[in-house]
Amino acid sequence: MNAFPGRTARAEQGWFKAHKWLLLRRASQLGILVLFLAGPLAGIWIVTGNLSASMTLEVLPLTDPLLLAQSMLSGAWPVMSGLIGALIVLVFYALVGGRVFCAWVCPVNLVTDLAAWLGRRLDIRASGRIPRDARYWLLGLVLLFPLATGVIAWEYLNPVSIAHRGLIFGMGWGWTLLLAVLLYDLFVVRRGWCGHLCPVGAFYGLIGVKPAVRVAAAGRERCDDCMDCFAICPEPQVIKPALKGAAQGIGPLIADMHCTNCGRCIDVCGKNVFGFTLAYRRAGLGLSEPVGDGASAVAATRHPVSSQPGG
Amino acid sequence: MSTERQKSGKTLDRRQFIASVMKTACGVGLLGLGLGLYSQGATSLPAWAIRPPGALPEDDFNGACIRCGLCVRDCPFDMLHLAKLGEEVPTGTPYFIAREAGCEMCEDIPCVSACPTNALDHALTDIREADMGLAVLIDQESCIAFQGLRCEVCFNVCPVRGEAITLDMQHNARSGKHARFVPVVHSEHCTGCGKCEEACILDVAAIKVLPRHLAKGQLGAHYRLGWEQKREAGGALVTPDAEHRYNLPEGMEYEHGGRGLIPEVVPGQPASPVPDNPLDVLNRKGAL
Repeated sequence: MNAFPGRTARAEQGWFKAHKWLLLRRASQLGILVLFLAGPLAGIWIVTGNLSASMTLEVLPLTDPLLLAQSMLSGAWPVMSGLIGALIVLVFYALVGGRVFCAWVCPVNLVTDLAAWLGRRLDIRASGRIPRDARYWLLGLVLLFPLATGVIAWEYLNPVSIAHRGLIFGMGWGWTLLLAVLLYDLFVVRRGWCGHLCPVGAFYGLIGVKPAVRVAAAGRERCDDCMDCFAICPEPQVIKPALKGAAQGIGPLIADMHCTNCGRCIDVCGKNVFGFTLAYRRAGLGLSEPVGDGASAVAATRHPVSSQPGG
Repeated sequence: MSTERQKSGKTLDRRQFIASVMKTACGVGLLGLGLGLYSQGATSLPAWAIRPPGALPEDDFNGACIRCGLCVRDCPFDMLHLAKLGEEVPTGTPYFIAREAGCEMCEDIPCVSACPTNALDHALTDIREADMGLAVLIDQESCIAFQGLRCEVCFNVCPVRGEAITLDMQHNARSGKHARFVPVVHSEHCTGCGKCEEACILDVAAIKVLPRHLAKGQLGAHYRLGWEQKREAGGALVTPDAEHRYNLPEGMEYEHGGRGLIPEVVPGQPASPVPDNPLDVLNRKGAL
């Protein structure tokens, strides 16, 4: 494992360019937290509620569609603002990429990114292996609970909502759950939570199967196989088809729905291989939807560890 | 050996695939079992925690509420809490503690309006119809009204004043000459807002809001109160009432209102059987 992925990018393009998307992402994550916290801490009420459901400036409702689905499966019928809020969230993430939530909004990402960073720096090899499709099993379980028991059981354990609600309304023992996620990611399975288990991420991934915003390895002919992108990527299996699929006619678009659009591959690449693309511009760049799109997604889930980076 | 088998064909691929699926299924199943058992225990609401107005029955509430905290934020009196992980109240759900701050019963019920899921039922439009719990004067030994002292704080702070709590004037047997004004809660008017418990002047409140299912008794369904049945039917439903016959002195009747034996009033005759002139009595046939 490369302890310092992005070293060449840093040397050639400067620190800021090599951290551009990371800085933007952190600004987004923290900015959203600040919007929620400005009310309770400073009395500036811009957004109330939390990620489960919120109200912005008393006009814009936003609702977590997965939570609302669980609520409805338990037999409740939401009010209009709840439904509209969920619809807005669905449409937004369908456009920008479902897992943009994971990389740009979710507070647990700060914890799991820290675990990944510590793992690289301290050379801790979390060697546990679980299939990356375990999250879909969990998602099924999460939806089955309210249907079978009438209780949103997942909310007793969900680190995403417990972390965000905890930061805004009081953490209680919630920090132990985040510590557990950190230690699990660091010592048991690398990227174990966000990349293998989290049913919230799985759900958002399913929303954004064909988003308008995607990363493409447009300059893949320049790739010098430094492996930095694989080392930094939270879902490294998504890169391989796009970066190395030229011979099979796959790519260069990263079409896998597990890609979180975090942009770290763009940051760490010293050869400017990667970049964000918009759907309507893809034709112009010669980045048509790859033929092997569906096949590569299936391959990624059926052979979850096959494209893990070498040590 | 495994490499040899992997090369040899598809059977093992299938076997490996099934094994890996089973492994995942078992792992997720175990997690689900743990989570299910934990959630069964964790969904019980302790009696000291009261849900906001309009909350669905507890079982339905735990399915409908998405733990967003919008009701907490929209409460103008800031008296709702969201349960933290590790508290006795189901994680992330809203509640209040009556002794700390009761519900102020806003006319427009902003907490209900804020709820995106109907966990706080939007059908509740009149706050007086709210059913957060039921106040119970649970400790008559320490309530000073039962000692014959004047307090009546719970009666006076009650937002449904004079209806949900009334004062029952009783004889004070201790002094023998005073009254005591005992607060009585009426379950059909009490909303469970908790203002009485909040205001109770004791160190520990003698009047407490309890979940209705803990506070209320229920008469057996087979019970019939005879006098109500009779009133509804307009008469006795079983053997017709036989008119009671008294063996009274002639010209007398019995009044049940407290006057007892009184002279019968016959129209056209004087009210008293004893005429003004004593000779008339003496001359009456059979009088002696």
